[in-house]
Amino acid sequence: MSGDRYSIPEPTSVLIDELLTSQIERDSRVIDLGCGDGRLLERLRSDLGCTVLGVELGIPQLKGVVGRGLPIIHGDLDHGLPDIPDNSFDFAVLSQTLQQVRRPTTVLKEMLRVAWRALVVVPNFGHWRVRLNVVKHGRAPVTDALPYEWYDTPNLLVCSMRDIRDLVSQLDIEIVSEIPIIKGCAAQGAWWANLRADSALYVLQAGGASMVSDRHRPDAAPA
Amino acid sequence: MAIEITETNQPGDESVGLVEPQTVTLFGPPDGLTLAGGGRLESLTVAYETYGTLSAERDNAIFICHALTGNAHAAGRHTVECSKPGWWDDLVGPGKGLDTDRYFVICANVLGGCQGTTGPGDFKPGTDTPWGLDFPFLTVDDLVTVHSALVTELGIEQLLAVIGGSLGGMQVLEWAARFPAQLRSAIVLASGAKLSARGIAFNAIGRRAILIDPHFLGGNYYEHDEGPRFGLALARMIAHITYLSEDSIEMKFGRRLQDSDSFAYDLARETEFQVESYLHYQGKQFVERFDANSYLYLTRAMDYFDLAATHGSLPAALGQTAARFLVVSYSSDWLFPTGQGREIVKALISGERDVTFVELESVYGHDAFLVEVEQLTSIVRPFLDRTLSLGAMGQ
Repeated sequence: MSGDRYSIPEPTSVLIDELLTSQIERDSRVIDLGCGDGRLLERLRSDLGCTVLGVELGIPQLKGVVGRGLPIIHGDLDHGLPDIPDNSFDFAVLSQTLQQVRRPTTVLKEMLRVAWRALVVVPNFGHWRVRLNVVKHGRAPVTDALPYEWYDTPNLLVCSMRDIRDLVSQLDIEIVSEIPIIKGCAAQGAWWANLRADSALYVLQAGGASMVSDRHRPDAAPA
Repeated sequence: MAIEITETNQPGDESVGLVEPQTVTLFGPPDGLTLAGGGRLESLTVAYETYGTLSAERDNAIFICHALTGNAHAAGRHTVECSKPGWWDDLVGPGKGLDTDRYFVICANVLGGCQGTTGPGDFKPGTDTPWGLDFPFLTVDDLVTVHSALVTELGIEQLLAVIGGSLGGMQVLEWAARFPAQLRSAIVLASGAKLSARGIAFNAIGRRAILIDPHFLGGNYYEHDEGPRFGLALARMIAHITYLSEDSIEMKFGRRLQDSDSFAYDLARETEFQVESYLHYQGKQFVERFDANSYLYLTRAMDYFDLAATHGSLPAALGQTAARFLVVSYSSDWLFPTGQGREIVKALISGERDVTFVELESVYGHDAFLVEVEQLTSIVRPFLDRTLSLGAMGQ
């Protein structure tokens, strides 16, 4: 986990925060994993009256979050969330961070242990530019959306939208919705999303009959 | 070692200047104080210091709970000639972590101590005989009861923060549990909700060293010149090791010899290594300023502390207060390892309290809360800013 959400350009960050906010219920409890400077949480607290908690590994980022007056736990997502009791949140957010952890399955499971819904934003390495880069130049891809050289990148993992779908189905996690982000715009239901999307937001929920999670379902949950 | 340099003033640049120790009598007749262990004190004296100015709204007061062998003299100097400032002078002062330009900071010597507040070295009421081991048994509850009464006596209804490290942190936790409406925030450093078996073990050895000193005389050593000096010094030497980390003790001393480049091959030379010499020095210094009976009482209070056991569970203990919490652990602290801080955090999250937790990187072990002041300042300052801006809280 890295504190900085710097793997994508700034305007897209703003869009992603908007998108995440649109999925979160007023007055709900939200935990943001790898919350960076805490911008999203501050917004959720002030605009939606949410009860929030951040988790962050980077001490400089953490100080910034304390400065915003937000509660925050210092921790490494790869160690799970041992301090967080089951079902203590409605939403767990993981924005631009899944590709930076060593144990993505642990992190996803932990999210749905502590929260009813997981909101996960991941960059899409299935984008056609990435593919073209690899095929044409025979080099690890560097694109506008993924501006890192292979030897100096916060991204430990490379995954596409299709990979995410496969992983969550293996973990018996249900995809409530999948929102591709194409050229800085949310494009739900877009064609050829895995080729065109720079990144995607997944709204996830424990699969099957998850009675425990349903207890925490807010009354007017978004579809 | 600090992992980064912040552009604050160098410690010591700014000071609260000269401070005047103060005393107050609390729980005077007819009230008295019944202690958690069942004993009673009919009246007691509390020694304390204050720094900064109490606001007209009385909403800017911060209480410092000192650790086992600390005292009320947290900052500034008692006289101009005084070479050493208070024990937390790097944190407390104008523009510092506990900014005395903005906050009114109070620090009091604990009950049972030997530095101004009533303790076993004081005379029993109406006699000219010191209490010794007749002094009533003490718990952390009792220390907090007295602090809380002092705050009320000072005309402060609600503290902006209570802060403390180690035994001080235990007092902060107990305070939040016992007087939940009296604090708006709680800052717990290098501490835990109970003392570990290992912690009890080290305290036991320290007490044993005092008890077997032939000059201890069942605690009635006050009219003798000698007193259990060796026992007390040994207790301190042992405890001191628990305050350092493997890295810090290695860094500070290594295997270096004190006065020579080669071994003396002489068993009588007890301070041959630098680390030996240091421990002896620490022991000797300690004997000058601390009372053996106080050491027995206060280490026992620390052993007995178990917040969950006293209040049913940790969430029950900490769920009563609306105070915001800041819990800080230090990476190399093996007396109160990070897991102890996390245990508190878990209870606070399950009780839906406002909690911030940081594990600061440090090589200084348990002592880090006293040494790594720059790091601490960078967290404590914004935390207090925010707490102040939130205003007084209803409970």
